[in-house]
Amino acid sequence: MRITELFDNGEFVVTAEVGPPKGIHVDHLVEEAKEHLSGITAVNVTDNQSSVMRMGSLPTCVLLKNAGLTPILQLTCRDRNRIALQSELLGAAALGIDNILCLTGDHTRMGDHPGAKPVFDLDSVSLLHTVCQLEKGVDLAGNPLVGEAPKFAKGAVVSPCSDSVDAQLAKMERKVMAGAEYFQTQAVFDSEKFIQFMEQAKQFGKPVQLGVIIPKSAGMAKFMNKNVAGVHVPQWMIDELAADKEKAKAGITGVELAAKVIKECRPYCQGLHIMALGWEAKVPELLKLAGI
Amino acid sequence: MLLTKFKGKEALIPQLKGKVFLVTCHGCKEVNLSGAEHEAELLFNEALASQHINGLLTADYICNPEYLQARFERFADQVREADTILVFSCGVGVQTIADAFPNKRVIAANDTYPLPGFQGVTPLEHDCKQCGQCYLNLTGGICPITACSKSLINGQCGGAKNGKCEVDPNMECGWERIQKKLAQIGRLDALKCPVQLRDYSVDAKSE
Repeated sequence: MRITELFDNGEFVVTAEVGPPKGIHVDHLVEEAKEHLSGITAVNVTDNQSSVMRMGSLPTCVLLKNAGLTPILQLTCRDRNRIALQSELLGAAALGIDNILCLTGDHTRMGDHPGAKPVFDLDSVSLLHTVCQLEKGVDLAGNPLVGEAPKFAKGAVVSPCSDSVDAQLAKMERKVMAGAEYFQTQAVFDSEKFIQFMEQAKQFGKPVQLGVIIPKSAGMAKFMNKNVAGVHVPQWMIDELAADKEKAKAGITGVELAAKVIKECRPYCQGLHIMALGWEAKVPELLKLAGI
Repeated sequence: MLLTKFKGKEALIPQLKGKVFLVTCHGCKEVNLSGAEHEAELLFNEALASQHINGLLTADYICNPEYLQARFERFADQVREADTILVFSCGVGVQTIADAFPNKRVIAANDTYPLPGFQGVTPLEHDCKQCGQCYLNLTGGICPITACSKSLINGQCGGAKNGKCEVDPNMECGWERIQKKLAQIGRLDALKCPVQLRDYSVDAKSE
């Protein structure tokens, strides 16, 4: 099932994110996803997230699909050139993976193999363009594909609380031009900023899923403010997380804060994208509290 | 070493708005094999008739901002009147002029290609990777290949924090600079250009 069909039907689409392991055992990941995420629409599988080497996104997607979930293949341009990316896309289609999220990817220097060659032969925009070419039955060089062309729900990302929001909107427009059909956002903690962003982004006419992270502690919030691009946790949230450490540690504060953001932003977005970061077990509770 | 090659009249004419001031550089003359200067003269003579071109400065090493300033003094009036400055040089020269005249539409007339050997004498703060597909006309004279740590050519990634690059917190995000520059010169329309793809097979000999 392509998730664009759900957006087209006016459904509020909830996705979450899982990261493949640095190893070959995925039972735990699949069990966790089955237990906590089977109530949501689809599960993103990250592609060597933060440039840290792990098992590939595609095999993990297949394992999740076999377990009855709907995976979304994240595809970055950091590690593969245009030949390898197209090859991966054909493989995904053959294996029945038809939801994708196209990203440029973090730089190799950010991860655990900082000496690796950063590829970036394509970027998120030209990757989306490439997918559209494949869907037309030709590759990026114009050579015809044999047989039926693949068809994907083509997603992209945008960062609504970035301090260069104009550049983000310009890039979003280029992604739409290149074929993006839906957007997932970087984590939002400031509803007002998101609503202002959506005032401008709605002109593109594409569904946008609000990015959600459950804040775990004041320390985590401060760390993200210092180090994570496009993320800003307001001071009042940090104070609240710091006020009752036990409550924050139990996840109660974080779930309350995330639910508040979701409620405030819900009228302005078409879905949620939850980055649980190990707190997958709290996702059902969060959705309940947010009234989803 | 480098080679410059004229982008062609068809590609350039739509980029020229209002009065045009021409700059040709023969700094790295021994390696400027492309005949770009000759092309500049032809374009100049042709355009003089239509009175769109209001001056021509021929100089060497325009990539040196101090020399550049001294050389432009004589042409201060023409440059003030000009809307566009069309530059026949390598990518470094175009970036130097775009930097020196932040409110002008500075257009690269050439693509710059590499030649093995000595790299030239100039690089100060600007850098040209001699990619053979000069993007400066789409990016307000700021090179996305050298100013962006991922050499992205279709816009900003999500990695900038407080205007700085995710790779190096001392480096400004190249695409944020480009965005600001395009806004400043009223050229945000450049961001609506078709999807850009690098062609790693290009060299100066290919057509």
